Amino acid sequence: MLLTIKSTRYPATDLGYLLHKHPAKVQSVALSAGTAHIYYPEATENACTAALLLDIDPVGLVRSKGSNSFSLDQYVNDRPYVSASFMSLAIAQAYSSAMNGRCKDKPELVDVPLPLEVQLTSLPVKGGEALLRQLFEPLGYEVTAKTALLDETFPEWGVSRYFNVTLRNTICLKYLLRQLYVLIPVCDNNKHYFVDNHEMEKLLEKGTGWLEEHPLKELITRRYLKNIGPLTNEALERLLKEEKAVEPEAASIDKKRLHDIRLEAVRDLLLTTDASTVIDLGCGEGKLLRLLKEYKSFQKLTGMDVSFMSLQLASKKLKLDQLNSTAKERITLLHGSLTYMDQRLKGYDAAVLVEVIEHLDEPRLVDLERTVFQFARPQHVIITTVNAEYNANYGNLQYGNFRHSDHRFEWTRAEFETWGNRVAEQFRYSVSYQPIGEVDENLGGPSQLAIFKRN
Amino acid sequence: MSRRNSKLAHISIPELSLVLLIGPSGSGKSTFARKFFKPTEIVSTDTCRALVSDDENNQNASADAFELARFLVAKRLKRGLLTVVDATNVQPESRQDWIRLAREYHVLPVAMILNVSANVCNIRNEQRKDRRLGGHVVPNQISQLKKGLRGLREEGFRQIFEWQSPEDISAVETITRNPLYNNKKDEHGPFDIIGDVHGCYDELCTLLTTLGYEIDKENATLIAAPLGLGSDGNTRYRKPVLVGDLVDRGPASPQVLSLVMNMVSNGQALCVPGNHDAKLLRYLNGKNVKLRHGLEKTVEQLADATPEYLESVKRFIDGLVSHYILDNGKLVVAHAGLKESMQGRASGAVKEFCLFGETTGEIDEFGLPVRYNWAIEYSGKAAVVYGHTPVPTAQWLNNTIDIDTGCVFGGALTALRYPERTLYSVPAKEQYAVPARPIGYNHASAVSANQQVEQVIDVGALLGRQILTTRFSHSITIREENSIAALEAMSRFAIDPRWLIYLPPTMSPTESSNEPGYLEHPVEGLRYFREAGIKEVICEEKHMGSRAVVIVCKDAEAATKSFGVVNQGIGVVYTRTGRSFFTDKKMEEAFIERVNVALIKTGFYEKFNTDWVCLDAELMPWSAKAQSLLEQQYAAVGAAATQAMPEVIASLEMAVNNNVPAEALLEKYRRRAQQTKDYVKAYQQYCWPVNSLDDYKLAPFHILATEGKTYIDKPHEWHMKEIAEICAGDEQLLHLTPYRLVKVGDVESEQQAISMWLDLTEKGGEGMVMKPANYLTTDEKGLIQPAIKIRGKEYLRIIYGPEYDAEENLERLRQRKLSGKRSLALREFALGLESLERFVAKESLQQVHQCVFGILALESEPVDPRL
Repeated sequence: MLLTIKSTRYPATDLGYLLHKHPAKVQSVALSAGTAHIYYPEATENACTAALLLDIDPVGLVRSKGSNSFSLDQYVNDRPYVSASFMSLAIAQAYSSAMNGRCKDKPELVDVPLPLEVQLTSLPVKGGEALLRQLFEPLGYEVTAKTALLDETFPEWGVSRYFNVTLRNTICLKYLLRQLYVLIPVCDNNKHYFVDNHEMEKLLEKGTGWLEEHPLKELITRRYLKNIGPLTNEALERLLKEEKAVEPEAASIDKKRLHDIRLEAVRDLLLTTDASTVIDLGCGEGKLLRLLKEYKSFQKLTGMDVSFMSLQLASKKLKLDQLNSTAKERITLLHGSLTYMDQRLKGYDAAVLVEVIEHLDEPRLVDLERTVFQFARPQHVIITTVNAEYNANYGNLQYGNFRHSDHRFEWTRAEFETWGNRVAEQFRYSVSYQPIGEVDENLGGPSQLAIFKRN
Repeated sequence: MSRRNSKLAHISIPELSLVLLIGPSGSGKSTFARKFFKPTEIVSTDTCRALVSDDENNQNASADAFELARFLVAKRLKRGLLTVVDATNVQPESRQDWIRLAREYHVLPVAMILNVSANVCNIRNEQRKDRRLGGHVVPNQISQLKKGLRGLREEGFRQIFEWQSPEDISAVETITRNPLYNNKKDEHGPFDIIGDVHGCYDELCTLLTTLGYEIDKENATLIAAPLGLGSDGNTRYRKPVLVGDLVDRGPASPQVLSLVMNMVSNGQALCVPGNHDAKLLRYLNGKNVKLRHGLEKTVEQLADATPEYLESVKRFIDGLVSHYILDNGKLVVAHAGLKESMQGRASGAVKEFCLFGETTGEIDEFGLPVRYNWAIEYSGKAAVVYGHTPVPTAQWLNNTIDIDTGCVFGGALTALRYPERTLYSVPAKEQYAVPARPIGYNHASAVSANQQVEQVIDVGALLGRQILTTRFSHSITIREENSIAALEAMSRFAIDPRWLIYLPPTMSPTESSNEPGYLEHPVEGLRYFREAGIKEVICEEKHMGSRAVVIVCKDAEAATKSFGVVNQGIGVVYTRTGRSFFTDKKMEEAFIERVNVALIKTGFYEKFNTDWVCLDAELMPWSAKAQSLLEQQYAAVGAAATQAMPEVIASLEMAVNNNVPAEALLEKYRRRAQQTKDYVKAYQQYCWPVNSLDDYKLAPFHILATEGKTYIDKPHEWHMKEIAEICAGDEQLLHLTPYRLVKVGDVESEQQAISMWLDLTEKGGEGMVMKPANYLTTDEKGLIQPAIKIRGKEYLRIIYGPEYDAEENLERLRQRKLSGKRSLALREFALGLESLERFVAKESLQQVHQCVFGILALESEPVDPRL
């Protein structure tokens, strides 16, 4: 809500020249949803502080048509009180000359590093004080951050994600402003407007001279461009030039590998079953289908998912709209749910459920069983799920916690087999099990698989 | 029956048939069709050619034209409409496709041949300017026609008419349409539908006597039938309807046959054939039939029968009709049941289904074919009563009921009274035969004893655009994009649909108030109801918690019996989007048990003659369910403001002290600081820590339903009073809702409503809800809003933001549009009531779920969430 910049280099009032704002006045600039006020709480030759105060119109914010939908999907929002993307916009509006390194009256000041102290109120930081430090300290800032309880009456609710931040550095004002401009929304990891190609240009322009060397440049880029895949990659590639683009989720490489192993295991099993029509129930973005479509023996491939958005992605990744009509008939995507009986699922040789069952509340499994084994009733059913025992090998996973926040349960090998045996008996299938991934002698594989064959 | 005739003036065909006109070009087919059939009944390939090519003689368009004709015919047959195909149809292969279509829809194919001379055709064709046929065309057609005539019967035509001259054709005066034998829609009962008898003569006589019939057991005749009320309201003698399998396995098949034959031939009873009856007929007709599955007993019992008697048995069984459609199509009786697409149709496949039902093609461990339970997927309008598969008890499933309770296997002989739908059973005197597989054995279900458990929902009834009919409002359309959203939400987050019999509707606020400082005020609510012509409203305190639907059953058995849930406890508490209210299962169980104890203590179950109840309620505190919303949104906004404001004010004060002209700004931000304080105070009212059950408060305000009943015909005051009695059972947990009845238009009474609201909201309450005194209220345009909320000044701060009540903000906020919200509220209200009504009427799970799913889908429509 408030950004103050204080200079103590004699004569401190030079700050007024650099910012192109007269210390004795209160000036205002218009923003898309409100105003920003610029004034000087103090302006002496020893200490001069410029304040940029946001005056966001909370009613207009929600009512304005151009704003991002987030403002509408909640009742009240914090935007009028925080220092986030509106603050970046205000900096660009109010201090544009200074940020661009222009100073009409004292051009020589532009490239002089000044001892500057910045205060930001209620800066939302996703990632906490640690991330705040990792973002600013490599750039030479001394960081102090204060937060508070969410609500003093209810200490059990924990602390807020807002920080009142003080940053001290000796630095050219133009760099300070550019860094604030980029890093404020990066801290928040949210923006009030849509991100487009124009944003990428801005990032490259404002980041020149400091972002290239920043240890967190990938995170900054990603967050600044709000995690939109292709744009981020393009920007990263341009930013890193000769370096190879890095996988966005470096930390989860292990998990990714496991998923590939899992899909390959399913594919290999399918190839041994002589199935020519396969339905992937819970196909997500269609990774397995992409793997299977390389094999001519699969004459008909269908993917079903409950998430319409995943299906749209799958359609894109499978390039369904570019296929000729025969190829198109071979691959179909369906929107559907395994908790309902579905006539469209009948008539397949094999059905596959890769890491699907654990996303259903356990009492709903009976519906899934009937949908798959009673009504669709393919010759083969392959089901994989995580092996809860193996979680002991994931050091950062607390006992009793799940690998994924949407997992409703995670089974041990014995639990999985008890379930599988019962299902097989009830619906007249035979079943066998195998581990997936690198097998731990005591704990089994990280994932487990059951293959059911109709009697 | 098939015959050729050429000179009859009056002919008749089945009311549901596919008539193929056969004849060369110019033989007069179209003229003939127009004379005897409605234009919409005639599908002409010439017309189709014109539709796809603008030229009815364009032979290039034939393939497309035939495809279109086929499509039109298929749609008509699917809907059970007689259809005439006007095409030359002179080649067997061109007829084949139509015959196949007739079979697919179980419709009788009829051939009408206009076999006139080439001369006649050519003269007619020459008179038509638009038709230019080569000289060889008609003779070719005639020769093809003649070649095929002999084989028509083998092609599958059930009736064949042929005319050989224009004179014969014009001699036809009428074509009568005969109802199918299975059509007994005019019979409205009362009926007593009786399950598989299998030669259990004693039990049959006892059952009939129990039902009030007088039987001469010795002579196997019915002496008198009791009187009863038909579904049309007329009193008639009751009529037994036998679902077939009269014979085999039991001790007295001939006697059973005699009695039923006598009753049927006297018009006192109806009977459909069972597979055992059909097999006996084949045996009597000298076919090679293995004497097993009980047939050997019947044959033995018939050893001394006279040839005349055997002949009458043959005639009787041969004359039985596969199934009956009764009571305006509301009741279907067939031995093994019948799916909707086959009801009222006639074909070999229909007959087969009626006798044997469906099998999956698999063999179970008893060496018997695995039965496919067609009833699981049944969603037809007609009730289907059937037998064939012995079950431990007769239970409704999707409006179908199997009443074969295995009398011959030592079970019971059961009758269903219709239209009363009550069941009567007499136990078997002894076990006469051993079943090949255990009764009630079901390969696919561990809990097959309960039909409710077996119910499934076909996703086809949910996906895409859906139009739902409701009894209290118009049809409601669910748009595809909303169904898409609901499918994901429902299957990923909602509880078991068996529990989900209702979702509460959204509620609209009042029109904006123009009172200074207020956005909402009771005056506007009173105005709405006054303009809707309502004389009396009830004002209830609006609790600030979370809307909760609470279902409590007396015990787990009741939960399984009434809801079809197994091992899911004795009840649920769920939110307005169908999610479980409690994440902690144990807490939920304990909570429901507390309510159950209160219900037991206050004698609710006895008073309402039920073993479950569904309550609409508010569950407090708000913080219990909305904790993450509070932390991430409400408290977060407060924290952001609280952390920033002191710094802002300090810096402005410093500026003012240093003579910067920032006084106005300082003033403004001091005011904002106060508003954020008020905001924090506002939401804090609704939060308290929950450490145990005692920290919850449940405030029920509607008794939605109990066994077989809803309570939307009761005024709200009745609900409040009945709920007060329940609340007395647990004053710690259950919370009474203060209310007041207000006379609309009475100044003093209206003033009391306003005072009540001011009192409630000044104490920090959310506000109040104003409802018409009666639950369900309509005006000439349809339903009116069932409830309007009037929220308090401070409460609205957490909805519209800390600074909403600054006059410049209020000014703009008052410009809100309510029509979308109100229309949504009415649609959801109508669907919610529909859902409850369907549930208590024991309609299928799918019928109930469609409504609930619809409400969730409607909730994904874009509406200002602050309303």
